[in-house]
Amino acid sequence: MSEPVLTTPARTSGTAAAVSVHEPGATDQLAGPGTGRAAPPDARTARTASYDPADFPLPGGREEEWRFTPLGPLRPLLAGAPAEGKVVVEVDPAPEVTVAAIDRGDPRLGSVLTPADRLSAVAFASFDGGTMLSIPPGAVASRPSWVTVRGEGGTAYGHLVVDVGAQAEAVIVLDHVGSATFGANAEFRIGDGASLTVVSLQDWEADAVHGGAHAALVGRDARFRSAVVTLGGHLVRLTPTVRFAGPGGDAELLGLYFADAGQYLEHRLFVDHGPAHCRSRVTYKGALQGHDAHTVWVGDVLIGADANGTDTYELNRNLLLTDGARADSVPNLEIETGEITGAGHASATGRFDDEQLFYLQARGIPPDLARRLVVRGFFADVINRIGVPELTDRLVGAIDAELERVGR
Amino acid sequence: MATLEISDLHVSVADSPILRGVNLTVKQGETHAIMGPNGSGKSTLAYSIAGHPKYTVTSGGVTLDGEDVLAMSVDERARAGLFLAMQYPVEIPGVSVSNFLRTAATAVRGEAPKLRLWVKEVKAAMAALDMDPTFADRNVNEGFSGGEKKRHEILQLELLRPKIAILDETDSGLDVDALRVVSAGVNRVHAAGTTGTLLITHYTRILRYITPDHVHVFIKGRIVDEGGPELADRLEVGGYERYGDGGVEVPTAAPERKPLPGTPGGAFAPMPNVGTLASGQGPGL
Repeated sequence: MSEPVLTTPARTSGTAAAVSVHEPGATDQLAGPGTGRAAPPDARTARTASYDPADFPLPGGREEEWRFTPLGPLRPLLAGAPAEGKVVVEVDPAPEVTVAAIDRGDPRLGSVLTPADRLSAVAFASFDGGTMLSIPPGAVASRPSWVTVRGEGGTAYGHLVVDVGAQAEAVIVLDHVGSATFGANAEFRIGDGASLTVVSLQDWEADAVHGGAHAALVGRDARFRSAVVTLGGHLVRLTPTVRFAGPGGDAELLGLYFADAGQYLEHRLFVDHGPAHCRSRVTYKGALQGHDAHTVWVGDVLIGADANGTDTYELNRNLLLTDGARADSVPNLEIETGEITGAGHASATGRFDDEQLFYLQARGIPPDLARRLVVRGFFADVINRIGVPELTDRLVGAIDAELERVGR
Repeated sequence: MATLEISDLHVSVADSPILRGVNLTVKQGETHAIMGPNGSGKSTLAYSIAGHPKYTVTSGGVTLDGEDVLAMSVDERARAGLFLAMQYPVEIPGVSVSNFLRTAATAVRGEAPKLRLWVKEVKAAMAALDMDPTFADRNVNEGFSGGEKKRHEILQLELLRPKIAILDETDSGLDVDALRVVSAGVNRVHAAGTTGTLLITHYTRILRYITPDHVHVFIKGRIVDEGGPELADRLEVGGYERYGDGGVEVPTAAPERKPLPGTPGGAFAPMPNVGTLASGQGPGL
């Protein structure tokens, strides 16, 4: 039978799921520009942003943004250890897409991303080379462009810039395989009226460590769809952020993660609604199995004072398949204007439902197949909405393979 | 001829005895009605035969054609030819009705049905139950009305054609039209002559549409009276009172599932921490 996991407020405890809401009109919580109140120290408006790692003290683990993360495996990436390892980047671009190495003097570098934590700042300062994909204005990529990032061991840093011209359309698949201790950022500039889909697949070997930021700047009336799929790696910590450069932008952020015994997977999102009439949808779903499987989802949404007509909703769901796993889920909404179309969030973490298993078994379906059906079903809406048919079979197969590992 | 034989069956839930010695034989082609007041243990009988893990058989036996049903897993029982139409079928998000039906048919028949024939078969069965074709694209029981859930259960009955079908309060919560459609489905399966039916009900209403060969009165975990269809007529007039105090103190043991108010059903019990601000409504799951 299913049992709800108890919840406690985000700021006081780190149990399985927690929610805090900054509601307009609730003056004790409303802060920031125009309110005459100082923002709370962990409000999105009050965070440090810098390209210089020295502006971020080494985290000790008590900071709000580091409180869940096991810091040990990340030490080299936080300290800026030399890049003695090797990560090979191979690009198979659509014909309409040009590929180049990043020139440190290119004004597009760092124009979308300003690191907001030490991990991201160190990666930005340390990468050598890096990859830029450009799609000229009006061009429509005829097929997905594949960027394979293959870790071959050791510490390495990387950077990716994707520049989509106005009215252009492209699909990029960022496929992380192999193993490394990898600090890397990615910047996505989506021009006015353009459309970009990015799938970032973390399909690492079991010992990989991966941390960094994804930053997207969504142009006027542009569309950005991101799918972050994290299956492999010992520790993965990604911080996808989205900003809007003008009104009418639309961002859909999808996530799928599956943590096994000993795996730590953290996704920390930030959607910054500055201009008016933008829309965002966040849907992250995770499954966990095995002792010390741990996932963290943090979804911050800031609706600025000028963001009239904002429409945003974020959802996180976690499915605990065995005992001994832990899912943290923390949605945060900060609202500085009341003139919005909608803002909502939902977070739920629950156990695998044995009644579903009974129902399917009572129709003759063997238990292993029944479990596969239920878990596939749990992820189905996310997989269907990724919109890259070439990936569907691989993702469904990867989820089946994860389930077989437990062998129940 | 397929025969389900229940002998001196005792079943407990969490150490409290619910069934206290049930004896019943159901043969292919027969229709048996089990009637009794709430809490008499009717649903416990149904779920025990299907193998729900909540119920512990403390003594007695159940066989299907001589095979020991109690030694089988839930899915083995279904593949052996047992079917339970549930009172509260569960939602399975993200699993379409068509995928589910085909997976079940493949499991029960031992091979995947030929696609073209299968599509025809499903369409015909759905049409007979007045179900819209788009129903096949919906997720299993998700957002179904009470009537849709029961039609979906009977659709499975028609497609899986079990040796023995147990219908657990299939009539509850149905309006007259839905009751008529669902009963017609049960009668079609019966007319084929290959299925024995155990119809569990609290009310005599469904017996206006389905005529049982045998009626059993179920009180306090055992059968206390048996007869033909005329016994149901007597119950309609006199109720269960003449059988004593009706067994109302026995707790209801069916695994009821009701979604929490205001939350979408999910693969798990939703937590209460669902927040929505302003006028916005987020997408459903």
